[in-house]
Amino acid sequence: MTDAAYVDGSALGGLLIEVFGREMTDAHGCCASCGTVNPLGAMRVYRGAGDVMRCPTCGNVTIVTVVVQERTRVHLGGVRWIEPVA
Amino acid sequence: MSFTSRGFQRRQAPAAPSDRVPPGQYVTRDFPVLSAGPTPRIELAEWRLELIDQADRARSWSWQEFTALPTEEITADIHCVTKWSKLDTAWTGVPVDALLDGVETHARFVVAHSYGGYTTNLPLDDVVGGKAWVAYRYAGEPLEPEHGGPARLLVPHLYFWKSAKWLHSLELRADDEPGFWEGYGYHNYGDPWREQRYSGD
Amino acid sequence: MARAAVLRRLSWTVAEVVDRADETPRVRSLTLDVPDWPGHLPGQHLDVRLTAEDGYQAQRSYSIATPVDGNRVTITVERLDDGEVSPYLTDVLVIGDRMELRGPIGGYFVWEPDRGGPLLLIAGGSGIAPLMAMLRELVRARSSVPVRMLLSWRTGEDVIYADELNTIARDATGVEIAHTFTRSAPSGWTGRTGRLDRDALAALAWTPSERPLAYVCGPTGLVEAVASTLVELGHDPARVLTERFGPTGG
Repeated sequence: MTDAAYVDGSALGGLLIEVFGREMTDAHGCCASCGTVNPLGAMRVYRGAGDVMRCPTCGNVTIVTVVVQERTRVHLGGVRWIEPVA
Repeated sequence: MSFTSRGFQRRQAPAAPSDRVPPGQYVTRDFPVLSAGPTPRIELAEWRLELIDQADRARSWSWQEFTALPTEEITADIHCVTKWSKLDTAWTGVPVDALLDGVETHARFVVAHSYGGYTTNLPLDDVVGGKAWVAYRYAGEPLEPEHGGPARLLVPHLYFWKSAKWLHSLELRADDEPGFWEGYGYHNYGDPWREQRYSGD
Repeated sequence: MARAAVLRRLSWTVAEVVDRADETPRVRSLTLDVPDWPGHLPGQHLDVRLTAEDGYQAQRSYSIATPVDGNRVTITVERLDDGEVSPYLTDVLVIGDRMELRGPIGGYFVWEPDRGGPLLLIAGGSGIAPLMAMLRELVRARSSVPVRMLLSWRTGEDVIYADELNTIARDATGVEIAHTFTRSAPSGWTGRTGRLDRDALAALAWTPSERPLAYVCGPTGLVEAVASTLVELGHDPARVLTERFGPTGG
C-alpha cells in the first residue's frame, strides 16, 4: 500500500502550540489501538476536512484536529495518553 | 486595521456565475486531494461492491459485473467543505437507483463504507431519484486511486466528504449512524447551499 | 535559552524582509528581521501567513535555514509553479516588505551539538533547508560530531548553497557531503547519479553499528523511500527522523 498522502506531525506543530500552550511535537503519545509510544512529530498527518494524525506503527487514528471559525478542537480519543517532555 | 500582505491575492479564480457557487466557496481549476488516511490499493480481481440491507448482504458485484451495468455520463459541480468548488466535473457512473432496483427495504438511511475504513452517512432519499452514482471514470479516464478509484460514491448536491472514495459497500439502515467526519463534528447532512459545514450550523 | 523559547505562547508577529538571495533559478532565501525573536533550535520551522485585501488568508510552514542570529531568521523557498504562496515569497516580496509569521515551532525534528551523532543528514531538493541550519550550527560551534550529508538533486542547476557546501566540505574536518543527480548531472560530473536507493545508502551512510542520528527531509516519495530503506538496513527507527510538510507545499 503505497502512500504519498501524508505529512509528518511537525505540520501540526503550530496548531498544537496554540492549543496546549507549549511545544508538543516532541511529546510522546501512546496509541490507544496498539499501545506503541511515538513522538507526535513522528506520527503521520493526513489532511482531509480536518487533520487526521495516525500511529506510524499500526495506522489507526490517534488525534484529529478540526478548526471551526477560528476555534480549534482536538479529538484525543485515539491516544491513551500524551506526555510532554520535561 | 489588521495586517495585509502587499501584492498578495488568491490565485485567479475562474469566472463563475454566483448562482453556481455556494456561500463561502471559491472556484478552483485544480482537483485537490484530501484524505483521512492512506490511499487503499485494491486489486480489481478482489474488488467487490456490496449492498447490505439491514445486516443482510442483499447484493454483491464483482468489478466485471459492476462495469457491465448501464452507466450515465454525469456533469456536476462539486463542493468541498474546505471551501473549494469545482464546476462541470465529468464522471461516468452507475446510478445508485440501478443498484437498488428491485430491492424492497424499510431503511431510511444509508452508510457508505470505504476500503480503508472511512464511512459517511446519508438519508436514503439523498441517494435515490437520480441524485447519486457510483462513479468509476473521471474526465474520460479511469478514476485515479487518489481521487477514490476504483470506484467512489458521487453525491454532488452535498459537501464532497459525503461522496465516499474507495467505495466498498452501501449499508441500508433503519436508523442513522454518523460516519467518520460526522463523528468529529461535521454536519450530519451537509448541504452546501445552507452552508452546513459543522454540527449546529 | 532556546529550550525556554519553545515554552512561550505562540502568536503572529510582523517581520520585515531584510535580505533576499537567489540560490537557484527557482529558489530564493529570504532573511527576515523578527522583533523580539526568542531564538530557535536548528530544525525548527516557522509558519507564514499571507492576507489579501479581501481577507483571504493562506498559511504555509517553512524550515529556518540558519542557526540563531539575533532577530534574524532565513527561510529558503522553492517556487512551485502552481503554488499559491511560494511564488509570492520568491517573486513578489522585496526588501522592506513585511510578512506575518509565528515561531519557532518544532521539538522533534531538531538537532543541536549536545544531541551528538554521528549525524546523517539526507535531503532532496529544498528539503535541505532545516539540515542546513543544523550543519551551519555545527560549523559555527566547531562541533566535533562527524557528519555525512547526502543530497539528491534533479539537475546541476538545482543545487542550493553550492559554494557554501563546497567550502564546508573542504574546510570542516569530519564533514563529508555527497551529491547525486537524478535527472541530469552537471557537465564533467564524475560522481554519483540516480536515486538514493539501497545501494547508495549502504555505500554512503554510516553503518547501523555506528548508531547515527538521521534526519531526512524533502519530497514525500524520497523521504518515505530513504527512511524505510535505512530501517531495512538495520538502523534504529527511533533514530531516523523525518520531516515533510506536504506533497505539494505550495
